[in-house]
Amino acid sequence: MPVIDLATTPLRELNSALHNIQKGSNDLSYEVANPRGSHAVAVGVSGPVLVDVNGSVGYYCAGMNDGGTITVHGSAGPGVAENMMSGKVVIEGDASQYAGATGRGGLLVIKGNAASRCGISMKGIDIVVHGNIGHMSAFMGQSGHLVVLGDAGDALGDSLYEAKLFVRGTVKSLGADCIEKEMRPEHLQKLAELLEKAGVKDVRPEEFKRYGSARKLYNFNIDNADAY
Amino acid sequence: MSYHNPYTPPRKSATFDDYTLAEIRRAAATGIYDIRGAGTKRKVPHFDDLLFLGASISRYPLEGYREKCDTSVVLGTRFAKKPIHLKIPVSIAGMSFGALSGPAKEALGRGATASGTSTTTGDGGMTDEERGHSQTLVYQYLPSRYGMNPTDLRRADAIEVVVGQGAKPGGGGMLLGQKISDRVANMRNLPKGIDQRSACRHPDWTGPDDLEIKILELREITDWEKPIYVKVGGARPYYDTALAVKAGADVVVLDGMQGGTAATQDVFIENVGMPTLACIRPAVQALQDLGMHRKVQLVISGGIRSGADVAKALALGADAVAIGTAALVAIGDNDPHWEEEYQKLGTTAGAYDDWHEGKDPAGITTQDPELMKRLDPIAAGRRLANYLKVMTLEAQTIARACGKNHLHNLEPEDLCALTMEAAAMAQVPLAGTSWYPGKGAF
Repeated sequence: MPVIDLATTPLRELNSALHNIQKGSNDLSYEVANPRGSHAVAVGVSGPVLVDVNGSVGYYCAGMNDGGTITVHGSAGPGVAENMMSGKVVIEGDASQYAGATGRGGLLVIKGNAASRCGISMKGIDIVVHGNIGHMSAFMGQSGHLVVLGDAGDALGDSLYEAKLFVRGTVKSLGADCIEKEMRPEHLQKLAELLEKAGVKDVRPEEFKRYGSARKLYNFNIDNADAY
Repeated sequence: MSYHNPYTPPRKSATFDDYTLAEIRRAAATGIYDIRGAGTKRKVPHFDDLLFLGASISRYPLEGYREKCDTSVVLGTRFAKKPIHLKIPVSIAGMSFGALSGPAKEALGRGATASGTSTTTGDGGMTDEERGHSQTLVYQYLPSRYGMNPTDLRRADAIEVVVGQGAKPGGGGMLLGQKISDRVANMRNLPKGIDQRSACRHPDWTGPDDLEIKILELREITDWEKPIYVKVGGARPYYDTALAVKAGADVVVLDGMQGGTAATQDVFIENVGMPTLACIRPAVQALQDLGMHRKVQLVISGGIRSGADVAKALALGADAVAIGTAALVAIGDNDPHWEEEYQKLGTTAGAYDDWHEGKDPAGITTQDPELMKRLDPIAAGRRLANYLKVMTLEAQTIARACGKNHLHNLEPEDLCALTMEAAAMAQVPLAGTSWYPGKGAF
């Protein structure tokens, strides 16, 4: 397994190596040593590449991941897995703001807590947070699923479109146009599937509440102006 | 002798003029602000308020039809491995598929390609047709991130991080339900028919320090090949330009308040932002102060209509300009040919700005399949190419008269101003004087 040590190797060499893996190559697993909070680690990965980052990363780790499996054995700075297309990103520690922002697909698992705006503008990504999430999470979420085993901060799901939110703990407050919704069998089934994919054990889907869009702000109505 | 009070004509208020009164009544009747397309309609100091001096005893001209006047420009020379080479310094500004019809985007691509210049995506992602018909395509990176993906990022020729636009600095995109067709909804991951109100801030960065890291990420994803533009609205051009340079931009795109939009509140269009003329010198000053003029290129947009405007923007220090509204007019927007239909919509050719309603008789600002059939993208592309050719010839004509063998050799010294306002904004002398407001004591 190639090991790229960011203490001695420029970031450019790491990303360039990950972008230039030839079809049929045997070296599909990479280890990154000494990330020391570097930004843009393992961004733009496409294809079934495994990357293990041994330490904490800065901004935008695994940005635009498309098919890779990227594990951070530490914590992640802002915008981890932003705009992910497909694949899997696992953060063993905590994640800062904007985790999974605008993600279109794939699975983001955060084993610690996530800060504010987790899943902002999500567009199809699935996010599972083992801990708590901060305020304004899933703001303008368009599609995909956000699963939170802990608590959610203020203004969850503000201006939500069709993203589905599942929270096991408390929600400090709901954002504009976000309401609690009935948990139907298909939601329980989807939730069970996501929990399993995220390696969550001993937690039942029935322990969660579902939140979604009231769809009152979809078309502008002057009578709803106070909601903004 | 009896005294008759002489007739005095009714006097209307300058403050409460007919348009203002009508707007008050409209607001009272509907309870909603006016939404429209295009840029500001108010009169602001503009390039019309500047003149070129031409040649004289101390400045000799170039022969109009014999001596070369170069028009080429290279954008993205600072960091990008593959800078953009344009034959002419007039590019097509960002306009979305969604706001514009497919044939309109195709026409823009065809016209730009035939002219050796670039076109730009908008708040809706890149279509295959647009990529196919545009030899040089700039891909916008917007707060909404609609349609954003690494494949399109890599097949673009340049990336434009949009912070703001001149029509609405501080506002996000807007596309109302009438134009959210199946295809547009699918590209933007939105339910069909909803009113799309894009975010005005990027979801994963705020401020210049974050922007620097965001640009690093985009460069890493695209292996440092693509020039990265940063587009700002005309708000604080000195600082915005300086901060964009500090964040690592290859190109700064600066859009004044005459720049158009597909849709936003009229109050926003008319009351927020600075005129294009007022934006250029502070931006150039910022580049010069940083030693980056001509190293980070400056593209100016907002109300560019003719080769004279191009020449004036370049003389003030821009490297290139971008056109949006003028390009739409060239392909057929607001054409008097459709006057009867404009009348039915309660407007007239030249004033039609309800682009958000998707009923454009010219088939440009619509997603209606029947209306868009009216626009022949090949013929419209040819009209745009003709127009770009005329603009270029006009700019060359002026440059040669000023003795310049490249449009970039035009300089502020070639200009004078007709008004005090224009003199102050452009920092060129009031005609017949050697003074402009702010230069020396009154």
